[in-house]
Amino acid sequence: MFALVDCNNFYASCERAFNPALEGKPIVVLSNNDGCVIARSNEAKAVGVPMGAAAFQFKELFIQHKISVFSSNYALYGDMSNRVMNILATFCPDMEIYSIDEAFLQFNGFELFDYTTYGIKMSQTVKQWTGIPVSIGFAPTKGLSKIANKIAKKFPKETNTVYVIDSEEKRIKALKWTKIEDVWGIGFQHAKRLQNVGVKTAYDFTQLPDDWVRKHLSVVGLRLKRELEGIPTLALDEVKKKKAIATTRSFDKNYTQFAQLKERVSTFAVTCSEKLRKQQSCCNLVMVFVHTNGHRKDLPQYSRSIVIKTNYPTNSSIEIIKLANKGLEAIFKAGYSYKKAGVIVMGITPDSATQLNLFVKEHPKHKQLMHVMDKLNNNIGQKKLKFACQDMGRTWKMNQEKLSPRYTTRLDEVITISV
Amino acid sequence: MQIIPLYNSLELQLFKADTNTALALPYIEQGINAGFPSPADDFLDISIDLNKELIQNKDATYFARVNGNSMIDAGINDGDLLIIDKSIKPSNGKAAVCFIDGEFTIKWLNITKDVIWLTPANKNFKPIKVTKDNDFLIFGIITYIIKKPLSCSP
Repeated sequence: MFALVDCNNFYASCERAFNPALEGKPIVVLSNNDGCVIARSNEAKAVGVPMGAAAFQFKELFIQHKISVFSSNYALYGDMSNRVMNILATFCPDMEIYSIDEAFLQFNGFELFDYTTYGIKMSQTVKQWTGIPVSIGFAPTKGLSKIANKIAKKFPKETNTVYVIDSEEKRIKALKWTKIEDVWGIGFQHAKRLQNVGVKTAYDFTQLPDDWVRKHLSVVGLRLKRELEGIPTLALDEVKKKKAIATTRSFDKNYTQFAQLKERVSTFAVTCSEKLRKQQSCCNLVMVFVHTNGHRKDLPQYSRSIVIKTNYPTNSSIEIIKLANKGLEAIFKAGYSYKKAGVIVMGITPDSATQLNLFVKEHPKHKQLMHVMDKLNNNIGQKKLKFACQDMGRTWKMNQEKLSPRYTTRLDEVITISV
Repeated sequence: MQIIPLYNSLELQLFKADTNTALALPYIEQGINAGFPSPADDFLDISIDLNKELIQNKDATYFARVNGNSMIDAGINDGDLLIIDKSIKPSNGKAAVCFIDGEFTIKWLNITKDVIWLTPANKNFKPIKVTKDNDFLIFGIITYIIKKPLSCSP
């Protein structure tokens, strides 16, 4: 038996956990730099705030409906996520953390348990210990557990936050209830193609011939069909190393100078390199992109990206800065106001098994230097040790006007109680 | 009335405090050829980890700062740091962080069949009666109070 545990409106629920007065009131959480809406409470969804809405376009709606607006507080969300995952781990040893607010659990040897009762105990414990509401879907496969979870979330009163698909009758009923575009793993394009051949629900999808599915949706689609038929084909995934690491930001103002962008891109390159070293891997490709503000239709628009191959697999900040700047030089055009830039490192390989290059090799001291830098920065904190191409001042602080306190990770920001 | 010497009534035991969150293991410096071994080596103890002593359930533990005087008789003073455990079941007599009608507060719990009384630990304050009509939630139970000692003026 698998279970998918999903936190309801996770970011909004984290804000509520320390501010119960927001219970039942609309909340939105904004992305880095307060750019757009990345999380909404049910009440905010109900008054028509779309996902990804640009914050400045919805300012009036926020005021009109008295919506509480928060900057994203990842220190808080990350800590609360850890707590939720730790609690879940005490209920089931086999867990795959799927995202910051979702985890798959696999129940082997729990045959004598009543899953509904056990699930309700899990959900109540998480709620009691953290204040975060969760929904839990149990089913024989991962694909079906996603659907069971949706049912639990949609009908919290009837299901008591837990829904179990444990019979053929329940499986078919659940599949008929699920629209094809809501099925886990069916993207927008596939959903459109399937609708064109009359597939409206997940149940319709399971009635298609295997050959057709394999031909049009490849073996991945066929696996999904098996999952929905109740035949387990997907196992819990081990913790995977990331395939690409991206550091991208929208700027708080527009930049026109090459030097300004160069500083930003260098800093993004440093962040990517640090993440590479943290997961003990190297990259083979460095991508840089810049673009202007798409919302400013009155200004000339430009966007461009470039991918550069490294000479050898590397995770040295010095190398990656050099390549990123080379890329920026190639794509930068004067005369535009840039709003966003980013560095993405790809082609990630473990640093223990790097392919050497016959003609060039990494400076032997880089590895040691990076090691010392990481150690110092970890100990002092706050990335005090920087490269000369990075800005030394603190002018690049993120725009976070509506940031809530880091209640759980900073002693000087804990909740204050008047007694 | 009898005056009891202070040191006799207070059984003071001094321990080494551990500021590291990792489990500290005893370090034995005595080398093999270093002559007579220290008799204390056999009695080395693991040092104290306050994280373990004060926090039973780390995933349900939160901290809060006190602002106000309604709980002074419970030893909870203005500016104190509280350790709160959300996993402990609320029961009578416990000092709890409660949320009532939009505000956090700390009071002693007195749970009866129909109502909950929130009793202050300061006779200048009145108990609060909680009924079904209140927006009420028990956030967590206070397990420890961390404070600096008051100093006296010489």
